[in-house]
Amino acid sequence: MQTVPWLRVSPTRTIFMITVKELTKRYARNTAVDHISFEVAKGQIVGFLGPNGAGKTTTMRILTCFMPPTSGTATVAGFDVLEQPMEVKKRIGYLPETPPLYLEMETAEYLKFVGQLKGLSGAELKKRVDYVCERCAIVDVRNRLIGKLSKGYRQRVGLAQAIIHNPDVLILDEPTAGLDPKQINETRDLIKDLAGSHTIILSTHILPEVEQTCEQVVIINKGKLVATDSVRNLQARARGAESMVLEVGGRNGSLEPSTVQQKLERVSGVSRVVCKQQVDSRAVFEIESQKGRLVRGDLARAVVESGWDLNELRPAAMSLEEVFLQLTGKDKEAAAVPADTGAQS
Amino acid sequence: MRNVWIICRKELRSYFTSPVAYVLLTLWGLVFGYFFWIILRHFLMDSMESQMSGQMYPLNLNEQVIRPLLQNVAVIGLFFLPMITMRLFAEEKRSGSIELLVTSPIRDLEIIVGKWLAAMLLYCCLLLFTVVYLLFLFKYGNPDWKPILIAYSGLLLEAGAMLAIGTFISSLTKNQIIAGATTFAVLILLWVFAWSDFSSTGWAHVISYMSLVTHSESFMRGVIDLKDGIYYATLIFLGLFFTARSMESLRWRS
Repeated sequence: MQTVPWLRVSPTRTIFMITVKELTKRYARNTAVDHISFEVAKGQIVGFLGPNGAGKTTTMRILTCFMPPTSGTATVAGFDVLEQPMEVKKRIGYLPETPPLYLEMETAEYLKFVGQLKGLSGAELKKRVDYVCERCAIVDVRNRLIGKLSKGYRQRVGLAQAIIHNPDVLILDEPTAGLDPKQINETRDLIKDLAGSHTIILSTHILPEVEQTCEQVVIINKGKLVATDSVRNLQARARGAESMVLEVGGRNGSLEPSTVQQKLERVSGVSRVVCKQQVDSRAVFEIESQKGRLVRGDLARAVVESGWDLNELRPAAMSLEEVFLQLTGKDKEAAAVPADTGAQS
Repeated sequence: MRNVWIICRKELRSYFTSPVAYVLLTLWGLVFGYFFWIILRHFLMDSMESQMSGQMYPLNLNEQVIRPLLQNVAVIGLFFLPMITMRLFAEEKRSGSIELLVTSPIRDLEIIVGKWLAAMLLYCCLLLFTVVYLLFLFKYGNPDWKPILIAYSGLLLEAGAMLAIGTFISSLTKNQIIAGATTFAVLILLWVFAWSDFSSTGWAHVISYMSLVTHSESFMRGVIDLKDGIYYATLIFLGLFFTARSMESLRWRS
């Protein structure tokens, strides 16, 4: 949490740019958002994490005054989305999942149009268009038709559009979806760059993205709030038990997986060993450690000392699903093996 | 007002940066040119006949050329106007750019009026095309300009009503073809309602009164009838009002 300079008199107080209280959105058949509450401090980047259909877009659309909530309140920069939508809209920059572009317009022309929509005019408008072109690295396509731009450029034009009126709050719906790895990195850097001067909420279903860009995470699933915490705390919670992938090779062309498994299970701190695959004299194991134990070194030693080759040892990427399962306490495998409850939180 | 103009200018620009406006103008010019030629030819035949037979028929450019011509403009408009309005909202809903408009600090009504106004201005361009033809009549004949002006204002009002209906229908769907076809069907129905005046029952009267054509007749004759003006103004208002409701429902549903 970050304090604002002019509020130093009471350093414990934080200014919240976004407050969401008991927000609910019901459709005829289902509830998209179910009593969600969270707050975002000024200048923060918050990752809005959840699988597809979790209610991320709906929440964002309520915050941007695209649609009204069924119940609950949401305020942006102190203005209620229902009571003072005009004030909220002036202070929000929004990049929907598909950038809202007009393909028959040129980039600069489009940005000028959006700027006018947001209330800019004259020299100020011109300055801002130049600035966002520079900022989002789209200067070289200023006079190209948007319809002829690549996906990465379109996404950047979408971002430029969102920040054209220098809004207090930026709401980005899956800003990196559909980009190639290089473009994803560029977009992430740009977003990180924008933080500080803007408060940013970005939604994603990719966990590493949150780890790389965000300071705080709000996780929702099926419309319900699962967790809201800082990234570091969340990582600690999710990664308490480490899981690894280990590939072992036999020296003389033969390898008995069950022997290796027994050997590995005997390493202290290992809670579970599963043989995933065996081809000829190579075998791949998935290994889970007990909470808070570092076992990689011991594992490597055990393999080498037994005369096998250590082909590969790497931490298994924790998928979002696993994090969810852990956070919601519904680990299927844990339910099947009651003895193994170490991964629960 | 400023916002209305911003939207209007953007719509106009997209009409004229895409081939839409040019294709419409070309086709319109062709079709109208054909009508002009046919009607003028008839008139010239009549006038030659009257000279040869020695009897002087009362010949009148206004009555015999301009009035049927402008009545046909309204008919051609029936086919062209759905093509002007079909993309107004359907396109934005399909591409998702509607999200930009409704999350900007601008009122729904300003968006709607801006779009409708752009459609009106494109229609004005089409009408300007017809004026070029009429200028020839002024060069070689001596028509009265006042009834022409009234007829044009009638055409504008009628088109305004048709475009408002088209705008509303475009706001109901994401599909331009559906928007265009539905608008066309609705306009045709509103057109042929005029023919239902065959019986003297009350309903036949009501339906016939609702027709778009019956109200343009007085304008075409060069008469300003307040009742007809109000009819068109009401249609414009209703069309735009329902568009506003439809946009609101978009917010509640989507």
